[in-house]
Amino acid sequence: MIRFESVTKRYPDGTTAVDDLSLEVPRGGITVFVGPSGCGKTTSLRMINRMVEPTEGRILINDEDVADRKPARLRRSIGYVIQHAGLFPHRTVLANVMTVPTLIGWDKGRARTAAMEAIEKVGLTADQASRYPAQLSGGQQQRVGVARALASDPEVVLMDEPFSAVDPLVRTDLQNEVRRLQRELGITVVLVTHDIDEAISLGDHVAVMRQGGHLAQLASPGELLTEPADDFVASFVGKDRGYRKLGFTTTQVESDPEETVALGEDVPAGRGWVLVVDEDGQPLGWVDRQGGTGGPVREEELHRMGSLAEVGDSARVFLDAALSAPSGRGVVVEDGRVVGTVVPERVLEAIRARGGSAA
Amino acid sequence: MIGGVAWSTVGDLLLRHLYLAGVPLLVGLLISLPLGWLATRYRWLAPPMIAGTGLLYTIPSLALFILLPLLLGTRVLDDANVLVAMTLYSVALLTRTVADGLGSVPGATRQAATAMGYGELRRTLVVDLPLAVPVITAGLRVAAVSNVSIVSVAALIGVSQLGQLFTEGFNRNDMGPIVVGIAACVALALVLDAGIALLSRVLTPWLRAGVAR
Repeated sequence: MIRFESVTKRYPDGTTAVDDLSLEVPRGGITVFVGPSGCGKTTSLRMINRMVEPTEGRILINDEDVADRKPARLRRSIGYVIQHAGLFPHRTVLANVMTVPTLIGWDKGRARTAAMEAIEKVGLTADQASRYPAQLSGGQQQRVGVARALASDPEVVLMDEPFSAVDPLVRTDLQNEVRRLQRELGITVVLVTHDIDEAISLGDHVAVMRQGGHLAQLASPGELLTEPADDFVASFVGKDRGYRKLGFTTTQVESDPEETVALGEDVPAGRGWVLVVDEDGQPLGWVDRQGGTGGPVREEELHRMGSLAEVGDSARVFLDAALSAPSGRGVVVEDGRVVGTVVPERVLEAIRARGGSAA
Repeated sequence: MIGGVAWSTVGDLLLRHLYLAGVPLLVGLLISLPLGWLATRYRWLAPPMIAGTGLLYTIPSLALFILLPLLLGTRVLDDANVLVAMTLYSVALLTRTVADGLGSVPGATRQAATAMGYGELRRTLVVDLPLAVPVITAGLRVAAVSNVSIVSVAALIGVSQLGQLFTEGFNRNDMGPIVVGIAACVALALVLDAGIALLSRVLTPWLRAGVAR
């Protein structure tokens, strides 16, 4: 869909930002350009919509050379999400999101409708649409940035470090949102980040770049973790890649049946850790009856649950559920209801059954 | 009568003063906008341009009032001399102000506008310029007050405005007209200043939207 053909960017002072880059961004999905600072990832992104002009080589979108298109028109056809949102502070959220539809020449009514739809898509309210950017939190502003990029239904959306300025909790939210939107709309997203974890958790394809604008490897996240092309990629991907690659391993982990009790039910001492559920079968927590006295289960004696594994989740989620449960048994749920528990050995067995490696 | 001067005379002189100080302010702003834009667009142009226009301000006003008829071929008593001189002073103050204002637009905002597909002129007009309003109006207020003050010097070459009250009072050895002239000048300066401040407020509603998170 987007093809880089031997693209080089050299600046007048002699520095080479991108060196003979050739790669293809497939249609649909999220392709991430990742690498340390100075690897040319942002420059590469900006050459797609001609914010930066290549010195050599060419870039094609749907087999059409971007150099043949007028920069302003080309840019209107491509969504763009910038670091720190880059919203227009003097315009309301709605007016910000209406920017591209208006530039394209849609009439006001149509532009407005499209903008409101985009605002709702990213999880903001009509009330927030009439505010100014400064009245929103950083995370909300970045959502507006995403809405603004989506308002005119572009096929391609470019994102330049979109989540680097928001705090980690909000970042995870936004990442999930972008993933959901990409799936829902079937758009092609090209995203730049310096954060390899973000690249691996978000990307369908990850292009690892190294200093001087060289492409080190273009692969799926799973492949990147299993078979890094060289020492640079291996070290950039990080130390715990063995564990992280479990995140891409969907294994059939058989859960063991778990006897559950309800609040108020009588549980004798000596039964060990007992899982407590509500009337719908949703897990509430663990109660410790290893020693002490028995009696009805009271809400205040519940221990917090570990993480939950949903049937069909990756091996990493299962293992984490098992390791984080106070009882050592990870709770497995389906549609919120407890279907059983797993011990770490179960997960490891399942991984082993797939052929020794987690791939 | 006030201070030995007829009210109607004070009113007439006040309007003349407003005309001689205000029109150049507006014309100066119109000239400074493209100049300031050039200085932000082409970085290398900024130092010579800002220094060059700034230098205009150092020319003594009386010298300029006397020189301009020679350069423009106008009559000595022509209002045009004062209007041109005051325009030059306005440009001197406002070119830097416009450049600073346009330069104050956040880089991310500017880049986002370009990435959305704004052409350069359109972006300058609908994104950069509105955001530069607070800085530009701040400079405009300084220039307005400065114009009101400098225009009074034109009384020495016989162009009538409030400054005339100073020369009259001096010639008649009478403090009355001088005090009236000063009071009127101060009042005019305050009104212009407040008017521009109000205009700035009206043009920048987003600055006063409460931060409700």
